[in-house]
Amino acid sequence: MKLTVSLSAVVIALLGIAVAASGWVRPPLDSIQLGFRGLGMEEIVNPRAEAKLEAENQAPEALDPPEPGGPSAASVYENLQVLGDLSQNEFDRLMLAITEWVAPEEGCLYCHNDENLAADDVYTKVVARKMIEMTRHINSDWTNHVGEVGVTCYTCHRGNPVPKNTWTEDPGPKQASGMSASLKGQNIASSTVGVTSLPYDPFTAYLARKDEIRVIGNQALPGKPGASIQQTEATYGLMIHMSDALGVNCTLCHNSRSFFSWDQSSPQRTTAWYGLNMVKDLNAKYLDPLKPVFPAERLGPLGDVKKTNCATCHNGVQKPLYGANMLKDFLELKGASN
Amino acid sequence: MAMLSFERKYRVRGGTLLGGDLFDFWVGPFYVGFFGVTTIFFTVLGTGLILWGAALGPTWNVWQINIAPPDLKYGLGFAPLREGGLWQLITICAMGAFVSWALRQAEIARKLGMGLHIPFAFSVAVFAYFTLVVIRPVLLGAWGHGFPYGIFSHLDWVSNVGYQYLHFHYNPAHMIAITFFFTTVLALALHGGLVLSAANPARGETVKTPEHEDTFFRDAIGYSIGTLGIHRLGLFLALSAGFWSAVCIVISGPFWTRGWPEWWDWWLKLPIWS
Repeated sequence: MKLTVSLSAVVIALLGIAVAASGWVRPPLDSIQLGFRGLGMEEIVNPRAEAKLEAENQAPEALDPPEPGGPSAASVYENLQVLGDLSQNEFDRLMLAITEWVAPEEGCLYCHNDENLAADDVYTKVVARKMIEMTRHINSDWTNHVGEVGVTCYTCHRGNPVPKNTWTEDPGPKQASGMSASLKGQNIASSTVGVTSLPYDPFTAYLARKDEIRVIGNQALPGKPGASIQQTEATYGLMIHMSDALGVNCTLCHNSRSFFSWDQSSPQRTTAWYGLNMVKDLNAKYLDPLKPVFPAERLGPLGDVKKTNCATCHNGVQKPLYGANMLKDFLELKGASN
Repeated sequence: MAMLSFERKYRVRGGTLLGGDLFDFWVGPFYVGFFGVTTIFFTVLGTGLILWGAALGPTWNVWQINIAPPDLKYGLGFAPLREGGLWQLITICAMGAFVSWALRQAEIARKLGMGLHIPFAFSVAVFAYFTLVVIRPVLLGAWGHGFPYGIFSHLDWVSNVGYQYLHFHYNPAHMIAITFFFTTVLALALHGGLVLSAANPARGETVKTPEHEDTFFRDAIGYSIGTLGIHRLGLFLALSAGFWSAVCIVISGPFWTRGWPEWWDWWLKLPIWS
């Protein structure tokens, strides 16, 4: 009897916690239809949470436009390896903006040596230069993903010297030896995959290496061996990351009756596909090469650089900063296509 | 007809809920009653509307015929017939036929002086359907949230609605519902096996009694729920399966908009390990 009472108490306590768990919502809700009627391709949005998210994702006001004319930055400043094509006025304004976007508390000296602003002896300055190159590359060569809205430093940094959402290779928790030596990279309710049991580091394979997401067979009956369960679940983990990073569900892009079929998918899937390729490109060309520049404490547990994924720019929003166009006030960051 | 020549069939007058003596008669083996008439009316009309909808559609392939609910833009209003209005009428007919059938069961039970267990049990299934096509759409503000009437199309709807919440197997009410479905099957298999094993002994043996049945389970697991109890348990398990199915879909959307895996955050945050 005593056991029954205490067991019931535990069950009721657990149920109480479950009901009190945060995240429940209430009608009225907004819904968006994404496919043919009755197909179930819909986004259901809580307008109260959406209002809060929108307030948290506002672009800062642009600085006053630079005065036209004046000498070129390259003729005034030394050691200009990028941005040499700007006028001094444009250059100074951009430096002020970058400080506000990236290191508002730390100020200019976060990157510059105050005895010689042109010197490259602070590592963050070398990183910043590479990031300016990257921003220009995105804005000129990846318009398939970023459109004319483009990106600025603020899209990712949001006033933080290191963007809030980055990733490094995840070795997983330390394990005992023998039979329990490996978790096979899964089953730890990791936030990277929406607290599911799915493989917790889908990024290394798909965003740093060149693994393909194609796991669905293209014939009705099984023929030659296809993708393994592990590969399939890793792609699922990556997709859950994309959903979380954009605050959307699977049916924004996919008709789940045939995930791979482009002619049944929404146009957003094309944008997302370019995005995945863009992230691979940025990680390989701009972030990975910075490895020798960073001090050890900026690197991951396996010694790799902090890299980008969808959340780095999107921060939980389908269109970063709700599609605010900051680039139009900073065309210096557009750069020439290469 | 299951009635054998030596079986008497009692036909009891009265017990109707509506219409008095008006439809209190039988056609062949079937009791008619007021609700038998409304069942036939809604069934014929609804089936006719489905056939009309199929005729308007691009295919007569039974797997692919699809009568879809309206676009979300119509909200809770009426849609043009060809753009979901048919779905709305068919839904009304379906509810009319299902409720009529439950009330006809109630009338027959009343005639025979029986309990109302059967109409109650059937009502739970109707409630699950009502939840899908009325309660949840009303809570979300549009009939377009109902599921389409078609063999493949309703499966596509189920799949996509599941993926709206990233991983539906993490839905706690879905877990409970599935557990009840499996347990119902287990209980029915154990019960069927037990009755058949007692009623079909080896050649030359006598048919065994409920005492044998009870003893079997007492020997095997230390407890027998008994001849009446197993039917109470079976009804409870089966109705719970339907009830929690309705709960799992009505909370998806109206009361939870994120991925279901995230609901389990409270478990990860229990002070025992966090």
